[in-house]
Amino acid sequence: MLIRKPDPVSGSNIPSSEITPKEKWLNRRTFIAAAAASGAVALAGNRLSEILAPSRTVHANAKLQTVPSPLTTTGEQLTSLQNITHYNNFYEFGTDKSDPSANAGGLPTRPWNVKISGLVKAPKVIDIDTILKLHPLEDRTYRFRCVEGWSMVVPWVGYSLSELIKTCDPLPSAKYVQFLSYWDRHVEKWAPGGYNWPYSEGLRMDEAMNPLTLLTVGLYGDVLPNQDGAPVRIIVPWKYGFKSAKSIVQIKFTDKQPSTTWNDAAPNEYGFYSNVNPNVDHPRWSQATERRIGLPFYAPRKQTLMFNGYGDQVASLYNGMNLKKYY
Amino acid sequence: MTKPILITLKVLTWIACLLPIAILVSDAITNNLGPDPTKTITFSSGKSAMCILIISLAITPARMLWSKLSWMIKFRRLLGLFAFFYASVHLFAYIGLYAAFDTHVMIQDVLKRRFITAGVAAWLLLVPLALTSTTGAIKRLGGKNWQRLHKLVYVAAILAIIHYWWQVKAGVTTPLVDTLWVAGLLLLRPILTWWKSRNTPKRQPQPRPA
Repeated sequence: MLIRKPDPVSGSNIPSSEITPKEKWLNRRTFIAAAAASGAVALAGNRLSEILAPSRTVHANAKLQTVPSPLTTTGEQLTSLQNITHYNNFYEFGTDKSDPSANAGGLPTRPWNVKISGLVKAPKVIDIDTILKLHPLEDRTYRFRCVEGWSMVVPWVGYSLSELIKTCDPLPSAKYVQFLSYWDRHVEKWAPGGYNWPYSEGLRMDEAMNPLTLLTVGLYGDVLPNQDGAPVRIIVPWKYGFKSAKSIVQIKFTDKQPSTTWNDAAPNEYGFYSNVNPNVDHPRWSQATERRIGLPFYAPRKQTLMFNGYGDQVASLYNGMNLKKYY
Repeated sequence: MTKPILITLKVLTWIACLLPIAILVSDAITNNLGPDPTKTITFSSGKSAMCILIISLAITPARMLWSKLSWMIKFRRLLGLFAFFYASVHLFAYIGLYAAFDTHVMIQDVLKRRFITAGVAAWLLLVPLALTSTTGAIKRLGGKNWQRLHKLVYVAAILAIIHYWWQVKAGVTTPLVDTLWVAGLLLLRPILTWWKSRNTPKRQPQPRPA
């Protein structure tokens, strides 16, 4: 367990949303679009006051009510919202890091339903509003380590996935959880060939139930921008980023290890477990060090931490396992 | 080609070839290299090297196709040296920013990671070409030997393309355009040579028997 201690630099008791001015982290594209849309609506209705003070409900980014969490990571400088929202791997919207921010605008995040299926007492469908109200939303800052060798520090908003799983009544035979992402060829026309779409990811049941595994609905105190996996995703901070499926539409409980997109595409490069491990190389590069996004090129590389620094909470999940074999 | 036009074109070539490094340096000074500066520097220098190498490979086929373009030979050395320059920046970016000047890391990378092996091999093949690019070196080696040596550029270009493909993720097709260029320009050579040899006898009538 992490023990919260006062942090003189970032002031860990203050939600991150209070630190950064809203103007700074509002998605500019959305903001401009919303402002233009509200302007058009206002003109049509001849409501001058609307032009001067555009309605808040038009904004795509609605502020979330959050509470602090003892599971948050302290003592790290946060990556800027600009970088978190403009340096993304979301291949359905293109393979370049800047593609998702440019192309994900068409992702229809409302209404949004998540299907609960597989080995559960009763399959069901949960809508996003139910998910948002199921449990108090927590501010949880985590290190985020991409398998490509870069990292960020991201102030997510959400609650432990275990809270949702408890309401799904999985059967004792359920050993794995599969996450399936939104898939529509017309909306995600940038998705490259050669991959099994929809994007699929999976966790062992005990990994999914670990309190660190975050059902994530927000970022920097607001709802998730589309390119970061709106409206709901998971974050598994001790694993490489691709394990943290975005824009989830189905959660399926299974007795067998589910097939996952990157593992299918290149099993020698992306294992099912993919725990952050500085001692196990990717075939094309060492994982011993990482570069922190947003720092200048001359900044020294950071040492990558075992389980991304979350070993105290998760190392016991892998007792007796050969992590070189189960990479 | 008159001298003033030639000089103007040379100046323009210099400017065009210096542009990528000028942009990198100015972006580095103004902190505009983007979220991942290391990747920006590495990708930009590698891409510039590849691009200039492709242009330099286009000169011979262009001259074979249109004799009016024979003056382009005057630009090949300049382009070749700039390709080597950017390949060196690319290599140095790896050494400084990825390997952090750690020789052990570099040796491990060259031995274990085939895309790095291919990239380093491509750069090593360019070194003797850059060293023998002077007029003096051409004279010392003799035209035939010099030409034979400089055919290594074909191997270097192929290795650079392999390096690019081995570096990207499975399914990513960004190296495709460069691959088509290199493949096209290398295949054009034997095709044009064959075409010329087929046509030449027709244009030159056989001497009549006495």
